[in-house]
Amino acid sequence: MVEHDRTTLGAGAQDNAAEPSVEEYVKVRGRTQREIIWRRFRRHRLAMASGVFLVLLYLAALATPAIVPYEYDEIDYAAINQGPSLEHPMGTDRLGRDELTRVLYGGRVSLVVGLGVGVFSTLIGAAVGIFSGYYGRAVDTALMSFTDFMLTLPFIPLILVLGSIFNFTPASITLALVILLWMNMARLVRGGVLSVREQEYVLAARAIGVSDSRIMLRHVLPNVVGVMVVQATLTVALAIILESTVSFLGFGIQPPTPSWGNMLTDARSTMTQQPWLTWFPGMMIVITALCVNFLGDGLRDALDPKAVE
Amino acid sequence: MAMLEVDDLHTHFTTPDGVVKAVDGVSFNLEPGETLGIVGESGSGKSVTALSIMQLNPEPPVSYPEGEILFEGEDLLEASDKRMQQIRGNEIAMIFQDPMTSLNPVFTVGNQIREAIRIHQNVSKSEAREKTVQVLRDVGIANPEQRVGEYPHQFSGGMRQRAMIAMGLACNPRVLIADEPTTALDVTIQAQILELMVGLQEKYGTAIIMITHDLGVVAQLADKVMVMYAGRAVEQGTTDEVFYDPLMPYSWSLLRSLPRLDTAGEVRLLPVKGAPPSLIFLPKGCNFSPRCPFVKDECHEIDPDLYEKKPNHTAACILSVEEIEANKHRVDEELGVEG
Repeated sequence: MVEHDRTTLGAGAQDNAAEPSVEEYVKVRGRTQREIIWRRFRRHRLAMASGVFLVLLYLAALATPAIVPYEYDEIDYAAINQGPSLEHPMGTDRLGRDELTRVLYGGRVSLVVGLGVGVFSTLIGAAVGIFSGYYGRAVDTALMSFTDFMLTLPFIPLILVLGSIFNFTPASITLALVILLWMNMARLVRGGVLSVREQEYVLAARAIGVSDSRIMLRHVLPNVVGVMVVQATLTVALAIILESTVSFLGFGIQPPTPSWGNMLTDARSTMTQQPWLTWFPGMMIVITALCVNFLGDGLRDALDPKAVE
Repeated sequence: MAMLEVDDLHTHFTTPDGVVKAVDGVSFNLEPGETLGIVGESGSGKSVTALSIMQLNPEPPVSYPEGEILFEGEDLLEASDKRMQQIRGNEIAMIFQDPMTSLNPVFTVGNQIREAIRIHQNVSKSEAREKTVQVLRDVGIANPEQRVGEYPHQFSGGMRQRAMIAMGLACNPRVLIADEPTTALDVTIQAQILELMVGLQEKYGTAIIMITHDLGVVAQLADKVMVMYAGRAVEQGTTDEVFYDPLMPYSWSLLRSLPRLDTAGEVRLLPVKGAPPSLIFLPKGCNFSPRCPFVKDECHEIDPDLYEKKPNHTAACILSVEEIEANKHRVDEELGVEG
């Protein structure tokens, strides 16, 4: 039966049935920019995994009070210095406080500080960079001299001094880190603006009568977003590490509020007896910083307008 | 009064090495619907002339020590930035040489054309969108409803140049300045783009300034021609006059350096000797004298102005029409007769 059909219809007719018509060809829709970016990002496995991990971590940090049965300062003398177990997956410290609870609460501080520093240093750095690159000359010289001056400040000693004068809360340590970390962003954005503003499409935009401010914000800035994303993620990772450093040195977030840094300080004296108290906050710092960097890498590749599929 | 009147334009750039006189006393007129071809080698001041009209030269180092550019009686050299933004794109538009780099990679093509419409015309978003689709259709882009939402990288080179033309013509400007619009395209696409520009010119009555070093393009499109050399106009006339009877040795040399289909194999080509002069250290006397095939001793002393050699046909050369004809004849004897 099948044999018979083939011979009567002929190979040509079969092919025609399978081929879409011209109209159908034309209807095939190109991918939108959002789809292209998402596709490219998804292909970056490491960045994808890092993104998922970070999202979960942020959700866990947000929902900590609801998901853990302990308080971060809940002392339980019946269960001090216990190793990891089902009841306390990350063990307990010398006051019997649940380590997992403290890691999650500490994560809240680290993640909020990291994100806050990332966002605000990007805003400030981008604004300085745009003004500098756009106006050039005296404005550029003044802003870049100031940026260079800020870069020469020895920021670890400076932040320790600030920390010993003002008792750092998550908000104030964010502010201090923003003030010390916007400069690289400013320099990168300025460089990007300087190169993009010479592109022919900027001239073409001016030739259709687009105003200068609109050119800067709408035509130049989006072309610099790639480097901005990478720099922002680097800043986030750096801020997380710096906050831990400052807290570790005892000038940051003060106990009993946990932060990954001050938990390490606590654990230092008993590192040989209760090594898990060092492992978990230490690992969290490393993994989080690493994931933020991977994420930035993936985003940079995905957002690059010049990348080809 | 002509619609666009460029009168004794001087465009100078101050550089650490000295003042570069990129445009040094250029005058021309343009009427609605007319096409002016500006030809010359690289560095002869063609593009700077165009950018001066648009007021898009980087400022500083640019300065305009003399001359005026009158657009419908208004001196563009005196116009404020705000006024120029209104004129650009709306009254005078410009398209650039390289369509691959003239569209912003982060926006859709439609977005960029729509921007021109939204800046200059008080229309709603949907009207602007309709108009964008309309101009894309005008410039011969198939399926414009879909193409309007695509990015420059999804367009081929020829399509991008069409999109650039659409961007230039979106607001029906009175003058369209095309700065080597076909240089980056291959020959078949070149022909299509030129045809398109002629068609749109007829439809909208736009005046075109066609800047090119491709003499074939000028011959095909232009009503009149200005030949530029070292920042000056060295010959001006109708296209026919300049092409069939060039009265400046430079224009003649350019034409003799090109192969022609009708005389292929019979006529030897005559290259133009040497390189264009530095605009900071111009030669003494006539700027073209070190390269001129017809040079006389006086040429190294006298810097000629544009003289009217024949009615409405000017050239900057101290040689008389008879001397030039005699020289041309001599070369014809040696290398074969042209035309």
